Amino acid sequence: MTDTTLTLDRNTSQPILIRERKSGQHWLWLLLAGAYLALPAIGNEYWLNAIVVPFLILSLAGIGLNILTGYAGQTSLGSGGFMAVGAFATYAFLLHLQLTFPVALFLGGVIAALVGFLFGLPSAKIKGFYLMVTSLAAQFFLEWLFLKVPWFYNYSSSATISAPRLDAFGINLSNSLGKYYLVLTVVAVLTWVAVNLVRSQTGRNWMAVRDMDTAAAVAGIRINHSKILAFAISSFYLGVAGALWTFAYLGSAGVQSFGLSRSFQILFIIIIGGLGSISGCFIGAAFISLLPLALDVIAQTLFAGRVDAGLLQNIQKAIFGALIIWFLIKEPDGMARLISNWRSRLSIWPLRF
Amino acid sequence: MRLNSLKALAIASVLGIGATVLSSANALDTRPGPDSDKQFLPIASYRIGAYAPAGVQIWAGRIDYYRYLNEVEGGINGVKIVWQECETEWTAEKGVECYERNKFGLNGAPVPSYFPNGAPAAYALSDRALQDKIPQVTLAYGRTEAADGTVFPYIFPVVLTFYSEASALINYIAQQEGGHDNLKGKKIVTLYHDSAYGRETIAPLKLLSEKYGFEDIQIPFADPGSEQSAQWRQIRQIKPDWVFIRTWGVSTPVAIKTAQRFGIPANRIIGDVWASSEEDVLPAGDAAKGYLALTPYPAGADFEIHKRLKQYIIDTGKSDLRDTKNFGSVYYNSGLVDAVIGVEAVRQAQKKFGNRPITGEEGQWGLENLDLDDARLKENGFHGLLQNLKLSCADHEGGGAVKVQQWDGAKWNLVSDWVHADRELLWPLIKTKSAAYAKEKGITPRDCSKEQ
Repeated sequence: MTDTTLTLDRNTSQPILIRERKSGQHWLWLLLAGAYLALPAIGNEYWLNAIVVPFLILSLAGIGLNILTGYAGQTSLGSGGFMAVGAFATYAFLLHLQLTFPVALFLGGVIAALVGFLFGLPSAKIKGFYLMVTSLAAQFFLEWLFLKVPWFYNYSSSATISAPRLDAFGINLSNSLGKYYLVLTVVAVLTWVAVNLVRSQTGRNWMAVRDMDTAAAVAGIRINHSKILAFAISSFYLGVAGALWTFAYLGSAGVQSFGLSRSFQILFIIIIGGLGSISGCFIGAAFISLLPLALDVIAQTLFAGRVDAGLLQNIQKAIFGALIIWFLIKEPDGMARLISNWRSRLSIWPLRF
Repeated sequence: MRLNSLKALAIASVLGIGATVLSSANALDTRPGPDSDKQFLPIASYRIGAYAPAGVQIWAGRIDYYRYLNEVEGGINGVKIVWQECETEWTAEKGVECYERNKFGLNGAPVPSYFPNGAPAAYALSDRALQDKIPQVTLAYGRTEAADGTVFPYIFPVVLTFYSEASALINYIAQQEGGHDNLKGKKIVTLYHDSAYGRETIAPLKLLSEKYGFEDIQIPFADPGSEQSAQWRQIRQIKPDWVFIRTWGVSTPVAIKTAQRFGIPANRIIGDVWASSEEDVLPAGDAAKGYLALTPYPAGADFEIHKRLKQYIIDTGKSDLRDTKNFGSVYYNSGLVDAVIGVEAVRQAQKKFGNRPITGEEGQWGLENLDLDDARLKENGFHGLLQNLKLSCADHEGGGAVKVQQWDGAKWNLVSDWVHADRELLWPLIKTKSAAYAKEKGITPRDCSKEQ
């Protein structure tokens, strides 16, 4: 995937073309083939359902926020709220209109996009940290709404929603392989759309607004239009991720799964992975969701029974935090940049820069 | 070209490493293994996060009981117990990961039942119980309508649902007032945490107020409830006869302290099951003196099982408790009750399937045929700590009784025997809810007369 944050050569006088890295595409096809064929063959239910599926969904949510924050430069802490909108809207479509899951998922995303559009309106007047505060308001309002109005969870006493059925045009998806392929397909398609989107005119407009909005306005870019479009598309991604999180991963969830800590988690994913990089979302999600598991497995095999269990858990948290700090000091632009640096070093190896 | 071949090499090696990692992890949960003759009882624990202080005592209770069974009684009818913890942080996400990690068993030792230990995880896992055929046990929380075993064959909200709690509360108040006839015209305020948990008692209390003629006043407060002046001012104006507080976490001591400020005596306030531990009253200090609380697992270290545990586990230094002054606390005892229900279900299943490790499907049979009468409870040492519990295909709750305990400023004292809920009265409400669930999910309820 093209890293569009690369600083462009300063001394060029001709129009700048963003290079297509053809060689990188081998990776993608192999990865995709591996994900579709090899992983289900060698991975068991635990790997697919408890590790890969949440990782993919978090990556998708990361892409959503990265479009808004990394590409269009608008800060937001409302990701969890928009995910909730997607989940509850999808549930309403499934329950009341009996739609098939992919259609309900798409429409749920559209509703989330509309809500994102609404909460994106203040971005015309407010910038930076102040905008973050309005998105915080969106987060709290949406959480309150989905708890307060019982219609959203069909008056169930637990205030949680769960999919009445999970099928795509007659194919039953409720087993673990079905859920995995559903998530993988949605994430693959939406990633492909995102990659093309950020390379398109729209994506360039966003980046122009991000880098300097006055200059962008002078160049004839409609700033408010771009910002609000970013809010809507970002919310669409988050909404779809929220619905998948509820129906394809957890199975049943309430609004507490989409609290402020979820918003922060997604923000950390894009900061650690790399702002303005699609591949960074996947790397960041892997870091956030897989590393604690790996630490836990290592700790369990090495120390279980010998060290106090509570202490062991707290040590893992501390190590995880220390690793985040270490990576951000090593490369403030995120792990996507770190890896691309390694790649360019590897390509001239054994010579040095 | 050189570049590409180099990259291809890198890709191949990464994929290769990935595949090895995957397949080696795969090998962890093969069904037959070195522990095939043992019973795996997973513990979905939370030792970090806001609820950890309560959690560490629950896990200690469970681990101490398992250890006692293994070392003194030689396991469950000779089948040794193995256990492993998995940190859930009381969240749905990590709870799901832990369940998926543990559901295949451990080194060949199968899982007879699963305790999600936390409402978010319990709700998230409710569909998987049936899919994986592993019964899910929630003690004094979880879906109330799951008490209807015809719609929820693999979910067991054992001992006490929130509906039964509401009914037992009213029965206790009636005892204090001198009979159900005297309830007429009384004002009973319920102060509740505005969440699914808090709202659960609204419907049963409404029904009971219509039956007995007391005035049912419901007052919500928003999470986390660290400021309740407005609510208690309102309560003072009402001049209630009794106040039922459905609080949780920090909101309990705040409620007790605010009540004192507004001049409402603590001995007229009755706390919910989740507002009945030492951790709930100690922060309130003197204000909590006289405060009453409902509990299905009372505090105390004088029950028969505690004598056995003290002799073999506590005094020999094998306890999981870091501070043994918590021995016999409400949370420690709840861990014991958790453990004994899981173990007794295995014993019951062994009667039918033989004295060997029990699988999830067999564990479900064991739970549905669980019958803990006085004789059995005296035998295993839980008499007085756990109520009689008889489950069936249709009834997944069993008991439905609480004891009332009162805080004297230093410890809890029991002030009542088991107060039973009027379960027949509430059953139609539960049936309506479970029928609505069955309709939404397209489930055909099973016919219990054809079972066994």
